[in-house]
Amino acid sequence: MHRFANPTRFLRIAGAVLPWCASATVVLLAVGLYLGLFVAPPDYQQGDTVRIMFVHVPASWMALFVYSVMAGASAVGFIWRHPLNDLVAKASAPIGASFTFVALVTGSIWGQPMWGTWWVWDARLTSVLILFFLYLGYMALWQAYDDPGRAAKPAAILALVGFVNVPIIKFSVDWWNTLHQPASVITASGPKIHSSILAPLLVMIVAFTFYYLTVLIYRLRAEILARKIRVIRLAQVEGRAAAGAVGGGAD
Amino acid sequence: MSAFLGLLWRDVRLAFKQGGAATMTLMFFLLTVTLFPLGVGPEIEVLSRISTGVLLVAALFASMLSLDRLFQADYEDGSLELISLSPLPLVLAVLAKSAAHWLTTGLPLVIAAPLLALLLAMDPSGYPVLILTMLLATPSLSLIGAIGAALTVGVRRGGVLLPLLVLPLFIPVLIFAVGAVEAAIGGLTPRPHLFILAAILCIAAVLGPWASAAALRLAFE
Repeated sequence: MHRFANPTRFLRIAGAVLPWCASATVVLLAVGLYLGLFVAPPDYQQGDTVRIMFVHVPASWMALFVYSVMAGASAVGFIWRHPLNDLVAKASAPIGASFTFVALVTGSIWGQPMWGTWWVWDARLTSVLILFFLYLGYMALWQAYDDPGRAAKPAAILALVGFVNVPIIKFSVDWWNTLHQPASVITASGPKIHSSILAPLLVMIVAFTFYYLTVLIYRLRAEILARKIRVIRLAQVEGRAAAGAVGGGAD
Repeated sequence: MSAFLGLLWRDVRLAFKQGGAATMTLMFFLLTVTLFPLGVGPEIEVLSRISTGVLLVAALFASMLSLDRLFQADYEDGSLELISLSPLPLVLAVLAKSAAHWLTTGLPLVIAAPLLALLLAMDPSGYPVLILTMLLATPSLSLIGAIGAALTVGVRRGGVLLPLLVLPLFIPVLIFAVGAVEAAIGGLTPRPHLFILAAILCIAAVLGPWASAAALRLAFE
């Protein structure tokens, strides 16, 4: 694992993997959207509005998945001091926050015709809203430090403390009497959805995952380069200060 | 043991000397609770319907606003580093400071809560459960808040960041606390909510100081 800790080697590998991730994203999104919007049958109760599920469910799944990746990367970075993991966690946070926001908004748009309300304070929606706040707090903690390297470990602690929310979200529909639909895909007795709707859903989830990987690679490259620029700038300032001291001392 | 109690007693005495302890917290609690009838209107039915939530949210804010004096003053004059170097494990030191915070902030809130519940016309059947709920909830707030305080100690604009980090972690405590009191008022048993509050307190008492100590050690680097 520490073989990939070298940023230059990682950038090379990331550059090689990126086109595959990007093209997989485009292809799977196209296939998933076609299957979801045109091929999948309308629901007997909800009609065509059920199709928003093909965006809402993958976004919610990714919101939880990205936070789990963040928490896992934070744990690895904290325990084994693997430097890239802190960057993975930092780079993933805005992506996860965006997925959470999309999940909340698409869920709200779906809820209005289905439940008759834009929002309800049930367990699932409240805990996903808390997840959104946890993402924002995590990003704010990174911003609060002048030296980004020093922010890594406090942010890791915050990510790990907030991870307790993820199982709460997953099981909220079982533990509480909620308006939100109970678990239908990952249940103890297997998926409860018909395959004609399940297949586009899974394609969209995989497409969103490749999208996350693509954006993550872009952000990681940006983070590594930003660190390098920062080091160069600091060296320049120090060089100028040393030269100025020499020049000023010669007066 | 004597080091633990010594640190606890030191923090309590300091809090009372600096005046940031019971008095200001209670004043904030009282003022916040007073704002709601002025804002919402004096109708008894409306007030009594929102009384539980208002009391617990105000207690939550009062607890949260006093969190930055938990570590900040000691960090600035260097005594926090000395405490971390002492034979007392940092985890126990954090536990002692959180306990002192609760004694000087949370406990006054618990004592004041039934009196302020009178102002909000809360249903009398909720009073005993309100006291019990706040006795279980306020220590959790001190312990969970210590994590946020430890993460933001030594950060430049940490004071504004602290609520943002700590409030999402407070929300479960708030939900179950309100649930317990509302259940009692409605004639149902509050026991499930109280048990979950007690569980949260146990988890916070064990994991909170551990996370806070880890965060404090990072601030010393």
